[in-house]
Amino acid sequence: MTIAQEKNPPVKLPNEPTITPQIVAEHGLAPDEYERLLKIMGRTPTMVELGIFSAMWSEHCSYKSSKVWLKKLPTSAPWVIQGPGENAGVIDIGDGQAAIFKMESHNHPSYIEPYQGAATGVGGILRDVFTMGARPVANLNALRFGDPSHPKTRHLVSGVVAGIGGYGNCMGIPTVGGETNFHAAYNGNILVNAMTVGIAPTNKIFYAAAAGVGNPMVYVGSKTGRDGIHGATMASTEFNEDSEEKRPTVQVGDPFVEKLLLEACLELMATDAIVAIQDMGAAGLTSSSFEMAAKGGLGLVVELDKVPMRETGMTPYELMLSESQERMLIVLKPGREDEARKIFEKWELDFAVIGHLTDTERMVLSWHGEIVGNIPIPPLVTEAPMYERPWTLTPLPPVLDAAEVPAPEDYKASLLALMGCPDLASKAWIWHQYDHLIMGNTAIRPQDGDAALVRVPQSTKASSHKGLAMTSDCTPRYVQAHPETGGRQAVAEAWRNITATGARPLAVTDNMNFGNPQKPEIMGQFAGAIMGMAEACRVLDFPVVSGNVSLYNETEGRPILPTPTIGAVGVIDDIAKAVGSRLRAAGHALVLIGATEGWLGQSLYLRELCGREEGAPPPVDLAVERRNGDFVRGEIVGGRVAACHDLSDGGLLVGLAEMCLAGGTGATMKLPAGAAAPHAYLYGEDQGRYLVAIDDGNALVAAAAAAGVPATLLGYSGGDSLVVEGLLALPLAELRAVHEAWLPTYMNSAA
Amino acid sequence: MKAAVLVFPGSNREGDVAQAIELVTGRRPTMVWHGDGDFEKVDLIVVPGGFSYGDYLRCGAMAAQSPVMAEVKKRAAQGVPVLGICNGFQIVTEAGLLPGTLMRNSHLKFVCADVHLKVETSQSLFTNRYQAGQVIKVPVAHAEGNYFADADTMKKLEDRGQIAFRYCSPEGAVDGSGNPNGSSSNIAGVFNETKTVLGLMPHPENAVEPMFGGTDGKGLFEGMVEALS
Repeated sequence: MTIAQEKNPPVKLPNEPTITPQIVAEHGLAPDEYERLLKIMGRTPTMVELGIFSAMWSEHCSYKSSKVWLKKLPTSAPWVIQGPGENAGVIDIGDGQAAIFKMESHNHPSYIEPYQGAATGVGGILRDVFTMGARPVANLNALRFGDPSHPKTRHLVSGVVAGIGGYGNCMGIPTVGGETNFHAAYNGNILVNAMTVGIAPTNKIFYAAAAGVGNPMVYVGSKTGRDGIHGATMASTEFNEDSEEKRPTVQVGDPFVEKLLLEACLELMATDAIVAIQDMGAAGLTSSSFEMAAKGGLGLVVELDKVPMRETGMTPYELMLSESQERMLIVLKPGREDEARKIFEKWELDFAVIGHLTDTERMVLSWHGEIVGNIPIPPLVTEAPMYERPWTLTPLPPVLDAAEVPAPEDYKASLLALMGCPDLASKAWIWHQYDHLIMGNTAIRPQDGDAALVRVPQSTKASSHKGLAMTSDCTPRYVQAHPETGGRQAVAEAWRNITATGARPLAVTDNMNFGNPQKPEIMGQFAGAIMGMAEACRVLDFPVVSGNVSLYNETEGRPILPTPTIGAVGVIDDIAKAVGSRLRAAGHALVLIGATEGWLGQSLYLRELCGREEGAPPPVDLAVERRNGDFVRGEIVGGRVAACHDLSDGGLLVGLAEMCLAGGTGATMKLPAGAAAPHAYLYGEDQGRYLVAIDDGNALVAAAAAAGVPATLLGYSGGDSLVVEGLLALPLAELRAVHEAWLPTYMNSAA
Repeated sequence: MKAAVLVFPGSNREGDVAQAIELVTGRRPTMVWHGDGDFEKVDLIVVPGGFSYGDYLRCGAMAAQSPVMAEVKKRAAQGVPVLGICNGFQIVTEAGLLPGTLMRNSHLKFVCADVHLKVETSQSLFTNRYQAGQVIKVPVAHAEGNYFADADTMKKLEDRGQIAFRYCSPEGAVDGSGNPNGSSSNIAGVFNETKTVLGLMPHPENAVEPMFGGTDGKGLFEGMVEALS
C-alpha cells in the first residue's frame, strides 16, 4: 500500500447498497449526527465507513450522554497509576505490585440470550484486565433480576448463573463475590455487571496507545465470524417486543480459547516485544484499532482480507463490526513478529499481521488491494456528539416517621420473613456454581464476610502476605428514591464492606446502569447519582479509576431502578489480620458501632413486611462514615476483633442473624435503654454502622468513646439460638432452613 | 520427592497443586507440556484439574490421547505413581489407567463446595498419613464428577480395596446427604489394582493452609513425600 493509494477515495463494493436515510437510521445515527459525519468525510460514506461511525458514536462507545457528568468524579490519588480511559484502572498496592480492575455491564445481551450474554460479559471484562498485563485473580458480579413471579425470571437466573460459571470456571479464575437482587423494575431488562481484579508488577503494565510509524499491527486469538455485529448499537437503544429478534447480535463465547489467549498474552508480555495492546470488545476491530491509533496520535492501514475469518464470504463491513470474542490487537516492535508468532502457535491460536501504523492520522481499510474505507481519525473523536441532555433532579421524598410504620405482631415471624425474602435469602445456590476456591488464595468466601478477601501472590519485597478485599454494592431502591443520597450510599457501603475486613479501601470502579437518557427525569437520576458518588469518593479518598455506562435500560418505556453499581478494592498489608463476619465462638461481646435512630424509610422491613416502598432513604453523613470506619479498621488491624459485619439491608437484626448463620453460633442481645421503638431499632437501616464481635466489649466501648464514636454493648455470642430478650428466641436451625430454602425452592419449582 | 505436573491446553489447577507440593517438599515440581512425551525421570506424576481441551468431545477424552499421556501410561505400567485430580481423574480414567467413568453431576450443575470424605484405607502411598475411617474436609469443583462403573467392576473395586475415598456427612455417614454429584457408592476416589495410581474428584491441593480452606488435604501430599522420598 503506497501513500498515494492511501489518499484515494474508497471504492464501492459490488452489491453495496446506496446509503439512504433509512439505512442511516438503522445504524442508530440521528439526522444531525449524520450531518456531522458528512462534514467530516466531505462525501457520502461507504457502508463500512457508515458502520464505523455508527459504532464509534453509539452511546456505548462514545459516552455521549454521560461524559459531561462522568468528568465530575474524582479520579486521582497518590496510589492511582491509571484512572479512567484505559482498558481498566490501575492502583499501586505496594511492594512493586499493582491491582488492575474494572466492572462492565452486559445487560442487553444477557436478557436476550442469558447464557452467552453473561458468559461473554465475563470474558470481556477478563480481557480488559489481562490486556493490561495483569493475571486475573478474582471475578465478582452484580446481578439484578425481575420479580421472581415474572415468567422469565427463573430462566434468566438459571442462564446467567450458568453462563458466568461456565466462563469463569473454565478460565480458572475464582468468582469470589457479588450481589443478587430482584425487583419488578428489572422484569424486562436485567442487569449483569461483571468485575475482574488482576495483579501485575507496577513496571510491567501495558497500554493501548500505539507508537512507531511502520510498526506491525497483529491480530491474535479467535477467528472473526458474523456474531455480535452491531452489539454496541443494540446496547444503545431501548428494548421493545421485537428485541428477541436481535439474538444474532449476541456474541458467542469460548472460554477455552480465552484461557489459551490469556496464557499466550502473558507469555508474550514477559518479553519486551509489545508496543501496545488492546482487546477487541464492543465494536470489535473498529474500536480497538481506532482507539490504539487515536491514543497514539497516529494513522493506520488495515488489510482486512488478512483478518482470520471463520466463515466464507465475509465483507469488510462485517469484519469491522463483528464482536466475535477472544481476540486481541497488538502493535509489535519491528522485527519481533516471528518470536510472537511462535508463542501463539504454541497455544494453537490465530496470529496474523493485518496492518501497520502510519503518520497520516487516517484509518485506511483495504480489501484485496482496493481501498474500501478512509476515515480521518481526530475529527471522529473531537467532533463526536456530546450531549448536555436536559435533566430534572428527583426531589427528596418526605422523611417517614418510624411511628407511621407498624411494629410486627410477631418478631420471630418478621425476622424469618426478611431472612427468607428474595433479596436477603442465601445465594448459595448461585455461588456454589462458581469455582470460588481455585488458585488457593480465597481467604474470605462468599457469605463469610462483607467483602471477599484474596491473598496476593507474595512479592519478594514484602515480609507478609497482602490481601485484596473486593466488593460490589448498590442499593437501587435508595437511588430511585433520591439519586444523590443513593449514589452517596452506594460508595459508602462499598467502602464499609472493605473496611469490615480490616482492609484499607483504595479505589472504585463504577458501573452506571440507567434508563433512557433522553428523558429528563432519567438524566436527572444519572446526574444526582453522580453528584452523590463524587462527594462520597472525595470525602472517603476513594477515587474512581475505571467504569462503564449502560443506558437505555428500558423495555417498552419502563425504566429500571437507577443502579450505579460500585465495585471497590482495598488492601490489607498482612492478610492474617483480616476478619470475616462469621460468629464462630461463644462468649464474644457484640458491640454496635455507630448511631441508631431507627430509619425505616425505604427499608427492606417497610417493603417486605408492610408492602410499602416510600420515604426518604437513610442519609449518609460522610464525616461520620469515615470516623466510624477508621475506628473499626484500627481495631481489626490491632488484632482485637473476632468478627465484623457492616449493617445494611435489613438493619441490625438481619446483620446479627447473618453473622450467626455464617459462623454457626447463636447470640443473645437486648435492646439498650432509651433505644428507638424496637422495630425501628432492629430493622432500621441507619448508615455508618458495624456490628463487631470482640473478646473485651467494655474496652471497645471505652476506646470508641475516646474516639468520639458511638458504641453500644448489645449482648454476647453463644448457644444455638438467636435471642432478643423479650422479643424473640429463634433456633438457628429454623432460621437457616428458611434462609437457605428460598432460592433452591424457587429455582426447582416448575416454571 | 521429585514430582512432575502435566499441563494441557485448558489445565487450570496445575498452579494450585504445584504450590501444595512445594509447600510440603520445599521444591517446585517440574511442569510438563502436553506435547512433551519425553520428560525427566520423576517419583510422581500429577495430572491436574482444569478443562483440558475445553472439555470438548468429553471431559478428559482428548487429553488422554496426547503424547504426554502415552508416556504416562508407559511409566505407570512400570510402577511410577500417578495422581489424577478432578479433570486429571477424568483423564487417567479415559486413558484406561483406572476403571469406571465420570458422568455429569446428577443435578446437572457445576458444584464448588467443601465436602467430607471418608478415608477408606491408610494402606497406600497416597493415604498412609490418614487413618482408615477418618473423615476429612476438602473442596470439590466440577460439573462431571458422578463416578460410575458397571456392577462387576464395582464389585472388584470393593473386593480389592480399590476405593480410596467416599463422600460422607460431617459425622462420617456414607449416605446421600454428603454426596455432591450422585456418584455410585459415594465414590470420590479410586486406586488401580496396585494402588500406584489414584484418581479423585476433590481437591486436596486447595486444603493445605489454615486460612485457605483448612489443612485436611495436606496429609495426602505429606504421605506421598514419606513414601516416595
